[in-house]
Amino acid sequence: MFAAVLVASGVMVISSRNPVHSVLFLILAFFNAAGLFLLLGAEFLAMSLVIVYVGAVAVLFLFVVMMLDINTAELKDGILQYLPTGAVIGILLLVELVALFGSWGFAPDVEAIIQSQTPPIAQATNTEALGMLIYTKYVFLFQASGLILLVAMVGSILLTLRRREGVRHQKIADQVARTTETVKLHKVQTGRGI
Amino acid sequence: MITADLATVLPELLLALAGLGLLMFGVFHKGDATRVVSVLAILAFAAALLVMAKGDTQSITAFNGLFQVDRFTVFSKGLILLAAAFTTAMSVDFLEKEKIGRFEYPVLIVFSTLGMLTMVSAGDFLTLYMGLELQSLPLYVLAAYNRDNQRATEAGLKYFVLGALASGLLLYGISLVYGFAGTTQFSSLTLVLGATEGAAPSMGVIVGMVFILAGLAFKISAVPFHMWTPDVYEGAPTSVTAFFAVTPKIAAFTLLIRVLEGPFGQLGHQWQQVIVVIALLSMFVGSFGALGQNNIKRLLAYSSIGHVGFALVGLAAGTEMGIQGVLVYLAIYLFMNIGAFAIVMLMRRKGVAVEGVDDLAGLSKTHPALAYVMAGVMFSMAGIPPLAGFWGKFYVFMAAVQAGLWTLSIVGLLTSVVSAFYYLRVIKVMFMDEPKGEFDRHIGKPAKLVLVLSTAVIILFSIFPGPLLSSAKVAAQVLFPG
Repeated sequence: MFAAVLVASGVMVISSRNPVHSVLFLILAFFNAAGLFLLLGAEFLAMSLVIVYVGAVAVLFLFVVMMLDINTAELKDGILQYLPTGAVIGILLLVELVALFGSWGFAPDVEAIIQSQTPPIAQATNTEALGMLIYTKYVFLFQASGLILLVAMVGSILLTLRRREGVRHQKIADQVARTTETVKLHKVQTGRGI
Repeated sequence: MITADLATVLPELLLALAGLGLLMFGVFHKGDATRVVSVLAILAFAAALLVMAKGDTQSITAFNGLFQVDRFTVFSKGLILLAAAFTTAMSVDFLEKEKIGRFEYPVLIVFSTLGMLTMVSAGDFLTLYMGLELQSLPLYVLAAYNRDNQRATEAGLKYFVLGALASGLLLYGISLVYGFAGTTQFSSLTLVLGATEGAAPSMGVIVGMVFILAGLAFKISAVPFHMWTPDVYEGAPTSVTAFFAVTPKIAAFTLLIRVLEGPFGQLGHQWQQVIVVIALLSMFVGSFGALGQNNIKRLLAYSSIGHVGFALVGLAAGTEMGIQGVLVYLAIYLFMNIGAFAIVMLMRRKGVAVEGVDDLAGLSKTHPALAYVMAGVMFSMAGIPPLAGFWGKFYVFMAAVQAGLWTLSIVGLLTSVVSAFYYLRVIKVMFMDEPKGEFDRHIGKPAKLVLVLSTAVIILFSIFPGPLLSSAKVAAQVLFPG
């Protein structure tokens, strides 16, 4: 059921007329994906999906969508033109993949290989198991992903930050340094004004 | 344990620290730090190269098999570092003249190069993916680097969307392979696939491999995943295009060789068909697509698609000799392209950059030296003996013929003749047409150095092919033990 709702809301994300509805369907899709993870017994992934994607990313999306005035009708104009080709390719791929999963084979002793990589499930909770692997065996990848995030940050700053002239900044040091000689204090009485 | 691992990744570690340090330096430096940071970045590349050359060249794996170093990786990393250093050196003057110099530029190049080194050394699909992303994210940003230019932002966006699609394909392929084998590590994958030898390999793993191939083919811009190349090359600032045309291609190509000859070595028959088709199409599109181009950057884009096709011929052969040919081809490709782009960067009249082929008209009268260098580069790209480009093609076609791929080599030779037409057209325009006015006289020192070097390599390779050939041979031998 989770999977069905996930796919349905995925379709709604791209087909609904109102961008705000799209984002709301996106949130629904995230929740369903989290549900799928829960069923698989990966509760940590499920929770982080809800917290990170629903809690932060989707809300940010919602704000951006509300602030920008996007004309979806204009964007939709091109869709009909490309729909037939896209649909044919998509359906072909789908049929192929379904056929593929129909005849899915595993390598011999695949279970033993998978088991050998993770600590036994009975001994460690999900989060513990992840932590044990990420910070030891996969520390290199952990650091590399840190660098990727840094690059993403530098890139977005580089592409959007503009130094504008004549912007008024608040200078806290100057404000604190003011004395009673430069500031005139008034005691304003109720209902009078200065 | 951890110290030994760190010693193995020393060149990468050095680049990572250099990147972080340069970022901080640039932020706190008063005024424009582009020049200083670029020089420091080049020094970092040189240092990484030195450390790597001094290091152990035995085959080592580190971080539980996530990372591997051997002669093959050392060879390709050497090429990548050289290319990165050269393109950074050339871009400093260009950025200053275009007035778009910002210190983040060299920093992003450092991080991107770090990503390439990581992916070349990948011993696991996870490392491969991490390296690939670390490599491509800075490239997306760099393509849109000149953000006030509409063409540049379009190029950046296009590259980003298509790149994300390619990453998706790659990841999907990796997940299929994992679904079959239960491991993403190259060495265990080799064992698993080797165990099923004789029996027909599972469909799942083949489809997964094809998806991975498609993802990587996008990165080397092989047909049919080449659509982005001309637009991005044209839209991005020329210094960025020079970087795009050389460094990521070498990295992705060596990665492709590593993946196909390593874990998927047992599936040789399956991937060979795919590679043959991609190579044929790339050679066709590369030579016929460039015929009508008048923008020199678009022309070089199609030419690079064609070159990828020629190099893929060597990979399709799948023999040690073929791989050696590919490595030699990539090295020569590096020097030809940086030479060509160094000249394209110098094409500016009264401070404005021009990019048309007909803007080169009469170059032999206004700037004879530049015209002769450009002619050398073009002849070499066309594959006219005795220049280096000829030998590059010679080795890959020899390997293909020995592997019995007759059709591929004949089509390759024919398209190579077609492509000679547009290279010769550039030369004709330079030497026979009337001058359209002079280019600005100023040629920076780095550009001179790069031009002299690339000319020297193009000419001297046929006299002293020894060092490059033998190191490529040693590198290729790693992939074919026993």
